[in-house]
Amino acid sequence: MWQQETRRVAHGIRCRVFEHTIRNNGGYLSQACSSADFLATLYTRTLHLGPAIAPPVPRPFAGPPAADNPHAFTGAGYHGEQTPAWDRFIISPAHYALVIYAALIETGRMDAQGLELFNRDGESVEMIGAEHSPGMEVMTGSLGQGLSQALGIAMARQRRGDRGRVWVFLSDGELQEGQTWEAFQVMDHYHLDNIAIIVDVNGQQCDGTVASTLRLGDIAHRLRAFGAEVHDIDGHDIEAIDQAGRSRPEHRPLVLLANTDPCRGMDYLNRRRPKMHYVRFLKPGEKEELEREIRNELYPEGQGDGT
Amino acid sequence: MKLVNKPYAQAFLDFADARPEVLCVSADLTSSCEIDGFRDRHPERFLSMGLTEQNMLSLCGGLALEGLRPFVHTFAVFLYRRPYDQLVNSIAYSNRKVRLMGFLPGITTPGGITHQAIEDIAVLRSLPNMTLLETGDATEVETVLEVADAVEGPVYVRVLRGAVPRLFDTPFAFNQLRSLSQGEDLLVLTAGITTEEAMRASRALRDAGVGVTHLHASTLKPFAREAFLDALSGVRHGVITLENHTIVGGLGSIAAEIMAEAGSGKRLIRLGLQDTFAHGASRPYLMRKYGLDALTLVRAVEELTGETTDIDEAALEAVRLDEVHSAAKAEAL
Repeated sequence: MWQQETRRVAHGIRCRVFEHTIRNNGGYLSQACSSADFLATLYTRTLHLGPAIAPPVPRPFAGPPAADNPHAFTGAGYHGEQTPAWDRFIISPAHYALVIYAALIETGRMDAQGLELFNRDGESVEMIGAEHSPGMEVMTGSLGQGLSQALGIAMARQRRGDRGRVWVFLSDGELQEGQTWEAFQVMDHYHLDNIAIIVDVNGQQCDGTVASTLRLGDIAHRLRAFGAEVHDIDGHDIEAIDQAGRSRPEHRPLVLLANTDPCRGMDYLNRRRPKMHYVRFLKPGEKEELEREIRNELYPEGQGDGT
Repeated sequence: MKLVNKPYAQAFLDFADARPEVLCVSADLTSSCEIDGFRDRHPERFLSMGLTEQNMLSLCGGLALEGLRPFVHTFAVFLYRRPYDQLVNSIAYSNRKVRLMGFLPGITTPGGITHQAIEDIAVLRSLPNMTLLETGDATEVETVLEVADAVEGPVYVRVLRGAVPRLFDTPFAFNQLRSLSQGEDLLVLTAGITTEEAMRASRALRDAGVGVTHLHASTLKPFAREAFLDALSGVRHGVITLENHTIVGGLGSIAAEIMAEAGSGKRLIRLGLQDTFAHGASRPYLMRKYGLDALTLVRAVEELTGETTDIDEAALEAVRLDEVHSAAKAEAL
């Protein structure tokens, strides 16, 4: 049953990000909770990707791309060879990098050792993913630019007649950027239908909740008004995600609004509301308590020992 | 000197006709950027992006990643002010081969501060991976496309439009300075529309016994440092730069950096917008008001040499080819 494998990957993502956050005294933990299930579904079911062709343990950073730097590379190879039939997967919220690295490990696209290089000086496994980081191929850390770049890729692929789609992972906060809506207007104008977007609607951003920072209203309604086919689904329901991802609308982009819980699988995190963006440990004993409580949730059988 | 009408329009058609991977991208200024003819002839390669400059630049980064060659057309000012973040992150960092064709550079538009790209060179020169080109006459407008297309990375071009004088009979040569006159008193360095002004001034100065070495720069980044220093070593007094741009960060700053690093010990006078915004008015009026014209250059030469000439506006008018300019209207939007 595919569901079993997808759930294993999702659980693995949560565990890896959790262990890493504990070891590193902080991390993007809520992003793993919200996105683990749909990322696991995408990587195991939806995305049509070839096997990874990049080094299992990522290479050190080789310098910025430049006319005189033949050594520069991107992390696209972790998503397989680029052929007309296969999909591309563009990660727009680059601060989900840790979650993506965990997903690549769980799906056998990167060696677990790769995570040891996370945020280490001179390495490519950066904290905010750059185009040289595993799974990345464009610069997206400045939010709102990933979708437009994916749009350029999709238009080029449409001209070539490629069958594969361009999938884009967006965060809901990015819907506040004007550029996102510029991109949707252009997709609508050109009837672009080889692009599919999944949004982590976790209702969280750096300052706190989206609702208190700058509310987005009825996202599905807004996106439909801009010409997209929208599936408003439970972002933890892997069967619903799998089903929605099979839709291939004509002449319009596909959007999956993955409504998620930023504490899913780690209920203890609810105590940190409303600020969930980045988990830091400031008070004595705070880390120990969080570790104990979440470890019990993640490993009910008691096998979690932090190793 | 003769005026050529819309040299870019035909040049882009000729250039792109033979290159199917070239895409023409426009942000709602299609006829203003003289690409309406291309749009009508090759609608399948014309991408109308409307007023989505931020999206447009990121999207072109994606097109270039896939091996297509987007040439983006809009007013110069709209290519770097609003979408600067997109230019940095979606194009420059990744060294994407996107060609940014910037029309109405500096004060060549009466559109006022919102339309006048007066600090584009300063901003973009500081951005790694960028190549900056500036056209100074019809021949350079006609021949810049192949030069830009050959660059392994992003290129920003200041393009002249409408009725453009033909000053040169040899094509745009990448990273080479054009030597327009030889003299031993001082070096005048110009780019874009200021070159024509300096040509008039240097002729009047020659007749007044002042020897001017006049260099025209059409590649601003990189810059032909050695050729500039060679010319500098042959003049007595120093350098005057004249640019259609603020004197902060543009051609004058390029000269200053090179002269200081080489320890030249010679004087430098930077002419151009003196760290000020301009406003909406005709190009001749703005060039006079803000000191981007031949007369301002003559006065600066007098300051540098310490000797006055009797050159006045009338004398410079006499050098000017009146019949050429009487046909030219103030640049409209």
